[in-house]
Amino acid sequence: MTNIAAAASSSTETAAAPPMTLAKGFVDRLVIIIPYLWLLFFFLVPFIIVFKISLSQTAISMPPYTPVLDFKDGVAGFFAGFRELNFDNYTWLTQDALYFNAYVTSLIIAGISTILTLIVGYPIAYGMARAPATIRPTLLMLVILPFWTSFLIRVYAWIGILKPEGLLNQVLLATGLISQPLVILNTYTAIFIGIVYSYLPFMVLPLYSSLEKMDYSLIEAAQDLGCPPTGAFWKITFPLSLPGVVAGCLLVFIPAVGEFVIPDLLGGSQTLMIGKTLWNEFFSNRDWPVSSAVAVILLLVLTIPIMFFQQAQAKAQEQGR
Amino acid sequence: MKSLGSIRRDFAPWNDPNAKPYIQFDKVTKKFADFIAVNNLSLTIFEREFFALLGASGCGKSTLLRMLAGFEEPSAGRILLDGQDLRGIPPYKRPVNMMFQSYALFPHMTVEKNIAFGLKQEGMPGPDIEKRVAEMLRLVKLEQFAKRKPHQLSGGQRQRVALARSVAKRPKVLLLDEPLGALDKKLREETQFELMDLQQELGLTFVVVTHDQEEAMTMADRIAIMDKGEVMQVATPAEIYEAPTSRFVAHFVGNVNMFEGRVAERTASTTRITGATGAQIVVDNGGAAAAGSDIIFAIRPEKIKVSSKKPADAVNVLEGEVYDVAYLGDMTVYHIKLDDGQIVRASALNASRITEDPLTWNDRAWVSFRPDAGVVLTR
Repeated sequence: MTNIAAAASSSTETAAAPPMTLAKGFVDRLVIIIPYLWLLFFFLVPFIIVFKISLSQTAISMPPYTPVLDFKDGVAGFFAGFRELNFDNYTWLTQDALYFNAYVTSLIIAGISTILTLIVGYPIAYGMARAPATIRPTLLMLVILPFWTSFLIRVYAWIGILKPEGLLNQVLLATGLISQPLVILNTYTAIFIGIVYSYLPFMVLPLYSSLEKMDYSLIEAAQDLGCPPTGAFWKITFPLSLPGVVAGCLLVFIPAVGEFVIPDLLGGSQTLMIGKTLWNEFFSNRDWPVSSAVAVILLLVLTIPIMFFQQAQAKAQEQGR
Repeated sequence: MKSLGSIRRDFAPWNDPNAKPYIQFDKVTKKFADFIAVNNLSLTIFEREFFALLGASGCGKSTLLRMLAGFEEPSAGRILLDGQDLRGIPPYKRPVNMMFQSYALFPHMTVEKNIAFGLKQEGMPGPDIEKRVAEMLRLVKLEQFAKRKPHQLSGGQRQRVALARSVAKRPKVLLLDEPLGALDKKLREETQFELMDLQQELGLTFVVVTHDQEEAMTMADRIAIMDKGEVMQVATPAEIYEAPTSRFVAHFVGNVNMFEGRVAERTASTTRITGATGAQIVVDNGGAAAAGSDIIFAIRPEKIKVSSKKPADAVNVLEGEVYDVAYLGDMTVYHIKLDDGQIVRASALNASRITEDPLTWNDRAWVSFRPDAGVVLTR
């Protein structure tokens, strides 16, 4: 009986539906098309250009690589140029240990920095989420505030703090905690400090948003059932904040791998990171094809955590939490 | 079959002067920054009692429950459980468990993990936990949902998981904060009886907070009516309804007619009241009202008889006309406008299908009631 009724109603629905779904479908599609067009023009097209350059050979000319794919010599010329493309630059990357080391070092530095940022950021986000609701917007503002100053200037400021005769050493020497100035600038430590400082908001904001919407009565319930506060944190709060942890870690890790400014300014010449290597290839060696190959490989390496991020997000959405 | 309803004739420890109190609130005060949630409150609850804290929101009933659970500490006074002062004992060390209004089920754990949570904290061995969890699932009829997560359950099922989780540890006292508040009406009624059966079966002491008087009346052995951080009356549902001690309680539970008046004459057995507008009322149970004092006479609608002719033998008769009639099926509610202007609400059970001489709008009508039908309130 109800089945028949349902079937009848659904058939009338489909009969009446087409004009509506058409109009609705068009608007829906338009909304989806805009970001796709954006990605097409500002991501896919530039990527194809970079990829094409990575298959070219360096040359002393303008632009500094060959072949240049154009239709000066007609369609035949275009295809003749096409046949000259090859993977020599990628082979070259495997032959010089410098690149491999730079990739691995970058991944390790980004990984350690991410963990450090999580350790620093979690208590901040937790404190914000547990603060009285009236002062939370202010705290949020304070986290975002550094963005109002240029990133470059803020990293420069750290040189003044970390250098041997800098602010930090002056304070430590004056208080008698150390007798010799600490050498921090131009070491990996300085890079860690720079990355943790610069990327902290990217960690704090997703953590805060996942902690803030958590129902505090869950903690009370855990305590009520005999769980002391520290146990309740690890059994309830932390697992429920995992989507925020994953999002924050990837938002820090992905840009940190390719970071150029921080290692260049704070890490000195001794430190090796892929962003710096890329910059050197491009501007010092003027080898556009090799630097393009470096960039393409970097993108492929980063695709793995990005896919992981996507999957985690989809899972979190499915759980409805 | 077990009798439904809360009337347990053999259970009345509050009338026994030698009965040992189980939970004692002793002059408890709780102040928050700018207001007093609980004000110098004393209350005694007995073992195996089903006790309800009833009041409007903000009356302090939830604060009282949270103090018992340990989430709040009293600003002054003591709370004793089984003779032990609870001050300074954190929630995770108290032998009480709470069922939260929001249920507070752990969203990342399955139903069985939720129920097992408290048992694991206790350090109960694995096989025993499994046994207890299975027993709890059977008790709340959720055996086939053990592996589900809370978001895959209906509201009623979540409520039962929350219940199973809170009784799994066999607490000395189970605290229930608006346990049926999120359920729809039909489910709520069913669940009321389930809760009562469960309390009987497990032999636990239940303290339930509710703003729903019907819920409290149905389930509780005794009810404490609260207002502005104070207890207005503690009594059985029948006493609360039939013998309220204040205007607030009479008003709060059920419908009531109130007559303002003054005690004109007081003898050992009868009290004669002169209404503010001249009506004369004679009652048996004058209570503490002294002659000449201003009082309120309160009477429930179903205790008032409405008739189209003046009843010959009734002690209290007032005359007026029918102002409103509402036919509700099982009963009819009349609003009679007395000649002095006061509107009286009276309800008559429709015991037979056909009413002879039905009253309708603007008919003359007489309301009458027995001398023992109402109560005299002095506050």
